[in-house]
Amino acid sequence: MSNDYAARYQAMVSRLAPKSDMLNGILRAFFVGGLICMIGQAINDLYNYGMCLGADATAAATSITLIVISALLTGVGVYDRIGKFAGAGSIVPITGFANSVIAPAMEFRREGLVMGVGAKLFTLAGPVLVYGISSSVIVGLIVCLLK
Amino acid sequence: MKIMDILLMYIKAFTVGGVICSIGQVLIMKTKLTSARILVGYVTAGVILGALGLYKPLVDFAGAGATVPLTGFGYLLAKGAIDGAESQGILGAFTGGVIAGAAGISAAVFFGYLAALLFKPKMKS
Repeated sequence: MSNDYAARYQAMVSRLAPKSDMLNGILRAFFVGGLICMIGQAINDLYNYGMCLGADATAAATSITLIVISALLTGVGVYDRIGKFAGAGSIVPITGFANSVIAPAMEFRREGLVMGVGAKLFTLAGPVLVYGISSSVIVGLIVCLLK
Repeated sequence: MKIMDILLMYIKAFTVGGVICSIGQVLIMKTKLTSARILVGYVTAGVILGALGLYKPLVDFAGAGATVPLTGFGYLLAKGAIDGAESQGILGAFTGGVIAGAAGISAAVFFGYLAALLFKPKMKS
């Protein structure tokens, strides 16, 4: 009788588990991703109100600051741990882009400074820049045609 | 009142940034997309939404909540290319995007290189 309960309990667990995993993952991504953006907002305000940089300079300085923070956290291995917890919450922000540049460069350093670090730096940054820059050029050309 | 405005901006940044990341998480779990494809998809989506004028309202509303995710980088590239095309024609269409994204691109390359020199990779557990 108790075996029957155990079996039914197991069946229920396997039926329900994937859904709660999903919800759990979404909540983690939401929380960590939101937190990173909020930190970005704080850095933005610091440059904007604290140092009175203009809008463009503020945006650029904020990006650079977030990338430096991500480089340090990736270097000491903390960003990977955040990534295990947060999934897309740590991939989608610009800190995740920086992490995807730095992590393979660190890992392949033993293959040398040119083809190791130099080339592997673009393992993930390459595709992002190829698609980002190419599509922006297309957008610019369309604007030229419509002018 | 100004303090309240700033506080509200933090809540908006948190919420919108969180939602954009959650969408990425759903894509990863539902479609098994790799993080490289997520990043490429987000940047391209940002360029397209920026070109259609749909992303700017989100940036005005949520600040860093919209600019920190990689869609914001795409938006920046599109905005630069459009501004460049309008002021300099075809030359601007080619240079505008990268000029606008220069800070992020240079910082990622430079600090990536620096970090690779300074830090030893951790053993995978």
